[in-house]
Amino acid sequence: MSIGGRRAQLEGLAFVAPFLLLYAVILIYPLVAGVVISFHRADLFGARTFVGLENYGRLIGDPVFHQALINTFKLTILIVPPLTAITLVLALALNKRSRSAAFFRGLFFSSSVLSVTIVTLIWRFILTPDAGLVAEVLEAVGREPIPFLSDPDLTIPALAVTTVWWSLGLPMMLFLAGLQQIPEEIYEAAALDRAGRWTTFWRVTLPSLRRTMLLVIMLQTAAQLQLFGQAQLLTAGGPSGASRPVVLLIYEMSFARWELGYATAAAEVLFMLVLTVTLIQYMTASRRWEG
Amino acid sequence: MASLELINIQKTYGATAVLDDVSLRMEPREFVAFLGPSGSGKSTLLRIIAGLETLDSGEVRLEGRPIQQLAPGDRGVAMVFQHYALYPHMTVWENMAFGLRNARMPKDEIASRIAEAARVLEIEEHLDKKPGQMSGGQRQRVAIGRAIVKQPKLFLLDEPLSNLDAALRMRTRLELAQLRHRVDAAVIMVTHDQAEAMTLADRIVVIHDHKIQQAGPPMEIYSRPANSFVARFVGSPAMTLAPVQLLPAESPFASVRLGDGSEVETRVPRSGLPAEGALELGLRPESVRVAPAGAASTVARVELVERLGDRTFVYARLSDGLSITAEDEGNSRVRMGETVGLRIDGTDAHLFAPDGAGYHAAPAA
Repeated sequence: MSIGGRRAQLEGLAFVAPFLLLYAVILIYPLVAGVVISFHRADLFGARTFVGLENYGRLIGDPVFHQALINTFKLTILIVPPLTAITLVLALALNKRSRSAAFFRGLFFSSSVLSVTIVTLIWRFILTPDAGLVAEVLEAVGREPIPFLSDPDLTIPALAVTTVWWSLGLPMMLFLAGLQQIPEEIYEAAALDRAGRWTTFWRVTLPSLRRTMLLVIMLQTAAQLQLFGQAQLLTAGGPSGASRPVVLLIYEMSFARWELGYATAAAEVLFMLVLTVTLIQYMTASRRWEG
Repeated sequence: MASLELINIQKTYGATAVLDDVSLRMEPREFVAFLGPSGSGKSTLLRIIAGLETLDSGEVRLEGRPIQQLAPGDRGVAMVFQHYALYPHMTVWENMAFGLRNARMPKDEIASRIAEAARVLEIEEHLDKKPGQMSGGQRQRVAIGRAIVKQPKLFLLDEPLSNLDAALRMRTRLELAQLRHRVDAAVIMVTHDQAEAMTLADRIVVIHDHKIQQAGPPMEIYSRPANSFVARFVGSPAMTLAPVQLLPAESPFASVRLGDGSEVETRVPRSGLPAEGALELGLRPESVRVAPAGAASTVARVELVERLGDRTFVYARLSDGLSITAEDEGNSRVRMGETVGLRIDGTDAHLFAPDGAGYHAAPAA
């Protein structure tokens, strides 16, 4: 029995070995290697000197990194709450069996299948001050065009709007799935309990969606803290870093300035940040439900 | 004044009729069971009364007031849903308070009503729990409590026992029976379980094929079924229905001959029977007894023996192939495959006309 058992164990291991190997090579190794590199002064071509925590020390005093962190937080705060609210409203409006609802579900989801290149191209057509859609409209009513992509106060809102438009699909689908999980009987019970539309929404629908809402907020927070493509393609982080998020800075550190060690240290900080923020969200929400 | 009145209720989904001209009048504090197979329209009827379903035509009155135009919450009815439909994120207390708060009832009135309901239903120690932390039986009580605190004029129970296990179902059935004496309201219960309907209801309304087939006290439904559907649907094991030939005779009561040649003298008056067409004889198992050769009126081959302890049901086949259900003592020695004698007692036998209408023994004077 025990020999057969061990044999069965080995056979089992053989089945999962290819996956484990791949997992180790493409996920665990880079994760560990990243931490190791962050303790070195390293360039892209392999020259490394151990410097301990020097890279992290530099980050603490680096105003460019501070600016990027603040930009990233601003973007996240400008994107996640509106995106959550808009997609919830869309899901509520489109949670019907009609054909038009199906059409609009497809329409609102369609933006999320576009690549970031296309998305930024579309929004450049809309936002650019020379002959962009918004500029044309403003001109028609006799106003000056607004330099969305070059005014330091407007670049981050412009990036946020672009990102919200691009990201509608998945949260909306998650909310729709959540709405369909709510049994019809509960709404009937609420109708018999004299609950009006608002009461039903606040006391029945919204509490039933709180898990979905937490999921949407956590996923989107983690995603937007790592915002990159839109910023690089639409504003290139400019003007003078006013719209440069952390990931864009990491990219520039490693591939423009070849400071791989420094860039990796910044990446580790961002990783811890994403982990901490989402964990705090999760724990706050769970504690409130327990109580 | 009548409690609930249904007047010519008509309901279709597209081309499919769901309820066809249904009328019913309930007495104050009456407990009525809607009994019928799946798809008979009984749940739709309950939902129409609750206001969760619209009707095409007809009228619903509660204590004299037409309510079919009112929103569900304004009708004065409370419903216990099949799957309880408790609000999962609210505590038991909040679940019961929700409807009262929406009705803007004073806080101390809400508190006292919930306290009283919790005491009656013995769920006082669970008031701070959420439904997810409770067993099925406890949730059922909360659902009943949520209905009670509204002090409705009419309780609507949609298959209230179907989600409980057998032991709990018996207990809850008893509790429902006690409960109805404590509340000053009429009760309608939808069920497909005839034992529930028989034990709980003052009156059973058998619904089938979009219509009310019969409405009457449980024993009347059992002993004087209006038609062959009711006869077969109520009673377990089901009544045996056998095609028979009416025999000419002097007696005022009908005598009939079964397919295998045996004759049965019923107590059904001959005078009311239709002159034309083939009749069916209806025999409850207790009218067909396993008997020794001398006392038997026919013989049958045993196909299945069901021993219940206090009695035994014998499913057998007569020589002409008719399936018949007979009853025997608890310690019956009958075995599958045997041929046994059966004595058919026509005293409580029923006759059914070709259109299904039932004819019964004249009531004892």
